Parts: sequence; C-alpha cells; structure tokens
Amino acid sequence: MEAACAAGRKGGVLGKNILGSQYEFDIEIRTGAGAYVCGEETSLLESLEGKRGQVRAKPPLPAIKGLFGKPTVINNVLSLATVPIVMDKGAAFYKGFGMGRSRGTMPIQLAGNVKHGGLYEVAFGITLGKLVDEIGGGTASGRPVRAVQVGGPLGAYFPRSYFDTPFDYEAFAARDGLIGHAGIVVFDDTVDMAKMARFAMEFCSIESCGKCTPCRIGSTRGVETIDKIMANDNRAKNLETLEDLCNTMKFGSLCALGGFTPYPVMSALTHFPEDFGASPKLPQAAE
Amino acid sequence: MSLVHEIDFGTPRSKSEKEVTLTIDGQQITVPEGTSIMRAAMEMGTQIPKLCATDMVDAYGSCRLCLVEIEGRPGTPASCTTPAMPGMVVKTQTDRLKKIRNGVMELYISDHPLDCLTCSANGDCELQDMAGAVGLREVRYGYDGENHVFAEQNGVANENWLAKDESNPYFTYDPSKCIVCSRCVRACEEVQGTFALTIAGRGFDSRVSPGMQESFLNSECVSCGACVQACPTATLNEKKVIEIGKPEHSVVTTCAYCGVGCSFKAEMRGEELVRMVPYKDGEANRGHSCVKGRFAWGYATHRERILKPMIRAKVTDPWKEVSWEEAINYAASEFKRIQKTYGTDSVGGITSSRCTNEETYLVQKLIRAGFGNNNVDTCARVCHSPTGYGLGQAFGTSAGTQNFDSVEKSDVVLVIGANPASAHPVFASRMKKRLREGAKLIVIDPRRTEMVKSAHVEADYHLPLLPGTNVAIVTALAHVIVTEKIYNEQFIRERCDWDEFQHWADFVSLPQNSPEVVAKLSGVPAETIRGAARLYATGGNAAIYYGLGVTEHSQGSTTVMAIANLSMATGNIGREGVGVNPLRGQNNVQGSCDMGSFPHELPGYRHVSGDEVRELFNRDWGVTLQKEPGLRIPNMLDAAVDGTFKGIYIQGEDILQSDPDTKHVSAGLEAMECVVVQDLFLNETARFAHVFLPGSTFLEKNGTFTNAERRIQMVRKVMSPKNGYEDWEITVMLSNALGYKMEYSHPSEIMDEIARLTPGFANVSFKMLDERGSVQWPCNDKAPEGSPIMHVNGFVRGKGKFIVTDYVATDEKSGPRFPLLLTTGRILSQYNVGAQTRRTENSMWHAEDVLEIHPHDAEQRGIREGDWVKLQSRAGETSLRATITDKVAAGVVYTTFHHPDTQANVITTDFSDWATNCPEYKVTAVQVSPSNGPSQWQREYEEFSRQSRQIVPEAAE
Repeated sequence: MEAACAAGRKGGVLGKNILGSQYEFDIEIRTGAGAYVCGEETSLLESLEGKRGQVRAKPPLPAIKGLFGKPTVINNVLSLATVPIVMDKGAAFYKGFGMGRSRGTMPIQLAGNVKHGGLYEVAFGITLGKLVDEIGGGTASGRPVRAVQVGGPLGAYFPRSYFDTPFDYEAFAARDGLIGHAGIVVFDDTVDMAKMARFAMEFCSIESCGKCTPCRIGSTRGVETIDKIMANDNRAKNLETLEDLCNTMKFGSLCALGGFTPYPVMSALTHFPEDFGASPKLPQAAE
Repeated sequence: MSLVHEIDFGTPRSKSEKEVTLTIDGQQITVPEGTSIMRAAMEMGTQIPKLCATDMVDAYGSCRLCLVEIEGRPGTPASCTTPAMPGMVVKTQTDRLKKIRNGVMELYISDHPLDCLTCSANGDCELQDMAGAVGLREVRYGYDGENHVFAEQNGVANENWLAKDESNPYFTYDPSKCIVCSRCVRACEEVQGTFALTIAGRGFDSRVSPGMQESFLNSECVSCGACVQACPTATLNEKKVIEIGKPEHSVVTTCAYCGVGCSFKAEMRGEELVRMVPYKDGEANRGHSCVKGRFAWGYATHRERILKPMIRAKVTDPWKEVSWEEAINYAASEFKRIQKTYGTDSVGGITSSRCTNEETYLVQKLIRAGFGNNNVDTCARVCHSPTGYGLGQAFGTSAGTQNFDSVEKSDVVLVIGANPASAHPVFASRMKKRLREGAKLIVIDPRRTEMVKSAHVEADYHLPLLPGTNVAIVTALAHVIVTEKIYNEQFIRERCDWDEFQHWADFVSLPQNSPEVVAKLSGVPAETIRGAARLYATGGNAAIYYGLGVTEHSQGSTTVMAIANLSMATGNIGREGVGVNPLRGQNNVQGSCDMGSFPHELPGYRHVSGDEVRELFNRDWGVTLQKEPGLRIPNMLDAAVDGTFKGIYIQGEDILQSDPDTKHVSAGLEAMECVVVQDLFLNETARFAHVFLPGSTFLEKNGTFTNAERRIQMVRKVMSPKNGYEDWEITVMLSNALGYKMEYSHPSEIMDEIARLTPGFANVSFKMLDERGSVQWPCNDKAPEGSPIMHVNGFVRGKGKFIVTDYVATDEKSGPRFPLLLTTGRILSQYNVGAQTRRTENSMWHAEDVLEIHPHDAEQRGIREGDWVKLQSRAGETSLRATITDKVAAGVVYTTFHHPDTQANVITTDFSDWATNCPEYKVTAVQVSPSNGPSQWQREYEEFSRQSRQIVPEAAE
C-alpha cells in the first residue's frame, strides 16, 4: 500500500494538483495494532483517534459523527477495489453481474483444507458447491469435504447438504449463514465440530474489546460451557445453556463480534450435533 | 423524613427546543428531540432495566439490559443510545427482551460474588435491583469458571483476582465486585475532566484501572467522588458507608467550603452523617462535587473541636471552661466596660464569610445597633473588596454577572489570576467540559496552573506575567482591541457613555500601553498579548473568570475595572456565555458582603451616609445609626496598637493566620483588652482571645449561603449543634446581654427582616427557597424569578462606565536583597487557613505548605528537592520545604497558606489595594536560602501556641 501510494504521488494521481488539475486528493496509511475488533468501523475510528479499540454505540452513525466527531465515510478495501471497474465500464456493466439483490462480483478467499486455495473474483450467484468442489478442487487431503465456514471466523459452518446455496446475501441469510468478507475455509471429515465451536467462542473471548457484557463475559462462559459439553458434564442442560447464551450474544451484543460468534457455534451444533454428543435434531417439519 | 431519591433518567437531558412524540408501551409521550428512548420512558414513569446508563454521563450502550423493540426496525436496539423519533412505536417488555435481559444478568452474576447480605451496597445496589427486575432465578454457569471474584480457586491463586484498593482515605475500590460498566471512567472523564481512570485490558480481562494500574491514592485521581457516585455496585464505595451502613434519611443542604456553593444531600442515620452526595438539582454544581465538600466534613466531629465556652483574664492564663451564661455575660460586661472607659468607637467586630447570611446580618446588626458604631468588617476585605469597588464603579453592582450554567455557552474563556481547578474545582470541571467541546482558553497567571494544561484541555494562550503587572497586561489587551478596531461600537454606543469610551480609548491607545512596551515589564511576549486580545474580542461569546490573583494587589481595584472595560468594549456582557465573573473564595463571601459587613455599607451595598437608608434601619432597629463609616480590619488593628481600639467580636474568622503581616496583626490583638472569638477550634487568633464562644458547623444550623453567582441556597440543620447553639443564637444572646434586644425564634425570621430592609432580597424567604431550591439576587417585584444574568438590557448604574486604568507598579519590588517575587495560592485538597481540611484525611494529599521554585533559581542557591529553605522578606522570615518545578517562571516562587506552622503571612507585607485596603498577598519580594529547619519565629510561636491553648476543665466535672 505504501509503495502504491508513493507511486501514485509520483505519477501525479495523488497529492496536490492531480494530473495537473486544481483537485487535491491524498491517501494516508495508518497501521493498526492488530486487534480484530478494530476492523469494526467504530472501533476502527477509536483506534484511529489513538484510543482503546473499543466499539462505539450507534447511532450516531459515522456518516453523521465519525472520526474526531466529524462526518466520516468508511469504505472497505473491497468497495474501493471495485471503483475502477465501475468508473471504467460504467455502473450497468458492473451491475450486470450477480443475482437477486447481490450485484457485481466478490473476491472469494478459498482457504483451509482445499486443493486450489487462493483469491478468485467471481460474480454473485455461483453455488457454494461449485466454489469448493470445482474451483477449489475439493480438499487438499483428498478426503471428503465435511464442512465449510463462509464469511470469516464468525461465519456459519455449512455442511455438504447446503452446497446448492447460491453465493448471495439473502440465500445465505435464509440458511442462517452469512457472506461476510467471502472467506471460505474448507474442512474434511476428520474435523471435530465441537472443537470448532469452542474455537469460535475462544476467538471471540480473545478478540473481544470488553465493552458489552454478552461478548465480554459470554464468550468466556461459552468456552467453559462447550468444555463441559465435550466432557459430558451435564450435557443436556449445558447444551440448552449454550443455546440460550448464543441467543443472548446474538441479540444482545453491541457489535458483530459478539453478535456473530453464535453463527459458527450454532451452525456447528445444528448441522453436526453428533460431535457434541447430542442426538441429531429432527428436521423441523412443522415449518 | 426519608432518603431523597433522585430519579436517574439514564441519559442527560436534551437541550433541544424541538419536540418529538412517540409511543412507548401504548402511551404517547412528547420529549425534546435528541432524548433517548430510555429517558423518554423514564419521563412517563417506566424504568427500562439498565446498568451502564446514568444521567450524569452520555449514553454508552454496553450493559445491553436496556434493549427494546421498535416497530418496523430489526433487532433489539439499546434504548439508551437510540434517540426518540417522531411516530416511533416502542415496546419495553416482550418475551424476546425478557429472555435476552435474563441471559445478560445471568452472565453478570456468573462473575459477581453472592455476598449481598454482608455487602456494603446491600439495598443500594443497582446490580441487585436489576437481578430482581429481570427475574433472574438461576445462574447455570456455576462458579468454577474464570472469574474476578475469588482470591484462589481449588487451592490455586486466581490470576484474575485483584485485592481491594483502600489507599484513598474516603472510599475503597473492590475489583471483585466490578461489573465493568465504565460509569466511573466516564464520570471521571465527562463530569470531572481528570481522566484518571481507564479500562485496562480487554475482553474478560477488562477492569477499571486508576492510571497505569496504580492505586487510587497514587494515581492522578483528585478524589472528587464522581466515580463513587456513578458506581452502581459496591465496587467504589464510601468508607463511611462500609463502616456505618446505609443511610436512612437525607437532607438537602449547601456545602460550606468555596464560593461555588455545591448542593448536597446529607445522608444520615439518625444524627450520624453517613455521606454527603452531590444533589443533581443543585443549580450551581449540577450533581458534581470535589474532595472537600464530598468527603472532608470529618472536622465537625474532630476531637479538637471546642464545645464549651471559655474565658480568661489574660491571654497568658490557661482557659477556664464556663457556662454559656457566664461566658456571654463576661463578654458583654467587658465590652460595656471598654466602651464606658474608651468610648463608643473603641470596640468592633468581624463577620464571617463562612457563616450564614442570617448570622452575618446579625453580627453587623449587633455592632451597628448594639455597639452603636460602624466598626464592622469581614474577610472579604482581604479577598474580593476590590471586586466590590471596581465592578460597582463600572457596572453599578459588585457581583458576578452570570450564573455558572452560562459557561456552557461560552466560546472563549479568559481566566485571570485564578486557578479554579484547585480553588473552585466543581466549576472548573464545568468549564473544562465546555473547553473540551471546543471553546478557546486564555490564561493569565504567573504559574503554569492546571488550567493551562491538563487532560484534553490546553490554553490557546498562556500569559505568564510577572506578579504585579496585571493592570499593564489587561490594558495592553485593551490597546490591541482599540487600535485594531475590533471593539463592538454598536454595543458601546447603546450601553455605555460614548464620550467616556473615547477618553478611555485614547488612553489605552497610548504607546506606553502597547503589547511591545508591556512585554518588557510583564515578561509576556507582545505577540502572545496580541493573539489573546484578538481571540477575546473576536472569538464569539467571551467570558472572564477571575480570582484573588486579580484583587490581592496594590492595584487590585484597577485591574477589576480594566477587566470590566474589556467586557464592555467587546460587548461581552449582558447575555449567556459572556460576562465578568469573580470566583469568590468562601462559601458565603458574596452573602457577607451583601449583608452589610463593610464599615461603610448597610445591607444591600447602601452607604451609611445616606440619610434615607439610615432612617429605614433606624426605624426598624429602633436605634440611631452613626452616619460615618467605621474602621476596616487594618484600621482596627492600627487603632489597637495606638491604644484607641480595645475590644473585638470575631465570628468565624482567623485573622491572625489569614491576614497579611502576622506580626502587625498579633501586635494589634495583643493590645486589646477583650477579644471574643467564636469559632469551631482554638484557631490562631484565639491565642489572643479572652472569651472563646464555641461555634456550630454548617451541619448544625439553618440559614442561607449566597455563592459566587449570587445564588441564595438553603443550609439545613442535619444534626443538633454539638456546642449547644447555632451561631446566630449566640449572637442573639450576646446582643441581649449587651442590652440590645434581639428576638428571633428561627433564622427564617432574620431573612424576613433582611428582605424587608434590602431591595435586592425583597421577595426572598425560606418558604420560597424551600419551594424553588435556590434563587439568584436581585429577587424582587422587578425580577420575581431572580436574576441569572445581570445587565441584560442595560447596566444597573445606567450607562456602563469606562475607567482609565493607569498602571502604577507596586512599591514591592525585587532588588538585590530580595531578588525573587513570592506569590501565594491554594491547593485542591486544603481550604484556606486549613482549620477544617487539616482536621480531615485531606492532609494525605497536602501535609505541609511547600515552596515552588524554578530549577534555575534553586540551582543558583544550591537547593535540592525537599530541602528546608528560609523564605525572607522585609516583613519577616519563615522556613518551609522547597519543591523544584518549572510551573513557576524563573524569578517567581509560590506557596500556599494552609498550614499555621508555615506562617506564610509572616512574609507578606502591609501593602494593599489603594481603594479598598485589600492586602497585596500576591506580590512579595523575597530571598530564598538553604536552611536547617523552622525559623526562630516559628519555634517561639509554637511554644506560645502550646501555652496559649491550655485549658482547665470546669471544676464541677
């Protein structure tokens, strides 16, 4: 980024009098201290202001009161990277890709136990199965794919039976999953999904900023409760407690860190109950 | 009587004038735009469960208990951070909300001790309340997981556990009970502005930390108590509550320390005071406090307090405890004897700025009507008498022009000769809040005070002038404003006398008043003066706040007038956000001046020579008042030394310690035949007393105080006087014994008399104050609601008066023998002569007075940090320890005067303000040299002190 900015300045597209015009535009790179939660837009602002990386309550939205109390536009690198093509080929061209309300393309990061890992920009609408099996080429270990986590460490685990899900915000949401930053992590059939659920809670407890109660205490209690489940300590009761905890975190947390941690936990529990020593849930016929 | 429960609306009041209407739980409610849903619900009486929200600080949204459902919106937003919008339909209780709240509470309690019954906050704990409110019945996580609760678990030390911090003398911090709601951190930041607290660590490791995990006492904490007040649990709890238990009733009263006049709830158990909690409806303090008012009231029950009257024939005799009757009769007979022998004018008295309006009024009445002369003065003589004179001349009234709320509308704040962060801390917090919002700050002070630079507050201009050059500096500011034509011509033409303005403008434009010339004598760079002047004149609403650094000079009155000129020239007077504001030192110094404590003025600042006014009092009091002004304090002492002034009645003032040139004061007192001191303690002055009448504290009396913003507030008795009588009752007894009949059954009757005789108080009564809380004078038929801002549509005197302010350097100059300039001031934890605060744990912060000296001056003299040094002026010498700091400029030294053994006033000279005799405390030429310890004078004084305080108990007992 630094090198790109330096090149931009040298080439006259950054800084004063861009390409000889009277316009001025520059980019300043600030390096964070590495906290995951500082990717959340408001704690990112706090961090930029030199404060603890702690989430702000919204409203006010950053667009009204953001960095140093001033209206602030916050863009993901993803959005910024899309600008050139839109400017070059026009909005209609970009909009022509995708499906439903999910328009354009998404850079997919294929990782984990996958044969052809890497970055792929694809249009929305491709199925999960196509992404994993065809583009990714299945697992690196050659064993069957058992689960994939989509959307980052707070994304839901989808089983093979969900591979028909198109890569689309609404379609994923309808199956209690999320697109997130479009990271896809592939696991083969040796994975212990209870451990993965535990990892999600642990990740949350390590990365929690500590501001809101569901995330601050809940993530630690989540790890402990999953440990008890795994140790078959009062399993039925603790499974119920874990579900309640996920409900508290999902709806009670201040930001997406605590709010989304239940996605990997609950999806693991829902789709792979046997790993928790629980009996599989019957399909919800009533619905 | 029961505890005064103040409603916690959860979030601060919105000041918007636009209104929005929404529906909460089926009820329509209209609130100002910007009001949170939580507050709107509370306004209609519905308390949404909450822990991290409290209306003293901004919404934070961390506890997640206050979630609500809003029709048409997804999720469950927090009601504290979500503003009410028109047409919104809100539900505060649904099955979904109940489940989330229960889940959150279960998490809280999974990391909290279950010792409610033995907890000091039992019955006064919001966590306990909320567990009840959400119906928590079970904590399924158990107590074997990670926690901050237990010191050890399964025989292993718990790394998360922190020991209780008991370092602060007044409150404890118990991390094991902390729920990390951040209310304390936010109160420290938003309310107090000290930023001493933070949250250390993150996630489950998050915990409240004073500074960098220091103890409270060693951190930057100033012990204002805002965090303790904000804490919803027992984590931060008053030691008195831990010791005594929960209070059962409370009485709203007014603090008796500085002129801010904070309103407090005295929370009681029977007649035992448990704690003082700042009262949110107090309009001076708006729910905030400082270490003195909040915690330093233990002096009221200190063992050194004198509770029995005492007399003695000679000051070298030991004191003899006697009955009230004997003491009063002895004092009265002595005064009568002296007046018979030496004449009517041979006695006088001093009223107290620490006592109530009613008490002060009675003392001056006793002197004028009972003694039959006008020899009455008060400690305002030595602090703000130049304010009275200067503002009286310029505007027509001698008081601050604003209320404290006004600072919220200021764009520029000019602080001159004041360090509110130390001396008026609660107002300083309010000022700093405004500064953090972006208002600009100019500080004119020889020292780099806490106002110049502190957490998130930094002066845009600091003018570190040499002590004694105030007039030159303020006139130079005027020079810039006039010569650069940035004055407000329209305002001046409308409100002031244009000819007088032109005359003044010609004067300030003279080259001798230019910043470039003044820079040479003040030491302040010309560009700094110019920048400050431009900012003051053009930066929007500009307000001036000043203190004793302005008044206690040989040209104190001149500086006050120069300040008044600045405000008039720029049109910065007569509305919110502007004005001229003397920060009055003592709780009731405004009141004592209002009540006719000066020898030349009857109550309401009316000169004794006025026949009509005198006639009014003559008729009411049934006497014939003298038409000539009486003696001022220094004149009384001079006359005593000359042998014509022989007796004095001093209520609640320690002139020997507080007045300048201690040797002269002691010589005057020593020459008198009857010195009657009425005080809580055997103070310094009492060494020369013949009669000691034990006084009562503000906790033991009814009455009113008037603060620096002219606000009259109730002082309410919360316990019976330990000495037997309220101070006003003692004055009544003395007056009756002297033969001047006084009959009052309650201080309210005294206030009725004051209202009857004083136009500015015409509509004031205890009944009205009980109903309204407080009122700012003038309060009469013209201003029935009182007067928050003065001179709104014109000056009280008619046209504002510009007065030419020639700079005349003080005769107190540094030279070869005394090359340094000493200036004096206060520190946060101690108050004035320290009679009260020295008898509390506040001494932990300031056990002795020290001399601040610049590293350069220290180096030259071979003085190291903590060394004893001799401080010498032409008036005398004393010794104290030095501290080396660049807060003072080279050539300037600084100390406080809180401790009698330092005797800083042995050093100060007899120079005083040309108009009012206010002593020049702030400039003394001195020399500093290394020393071995206390001076000869200090040692002799200590011996005398011991002798003069001997007491022989009453024989019968």
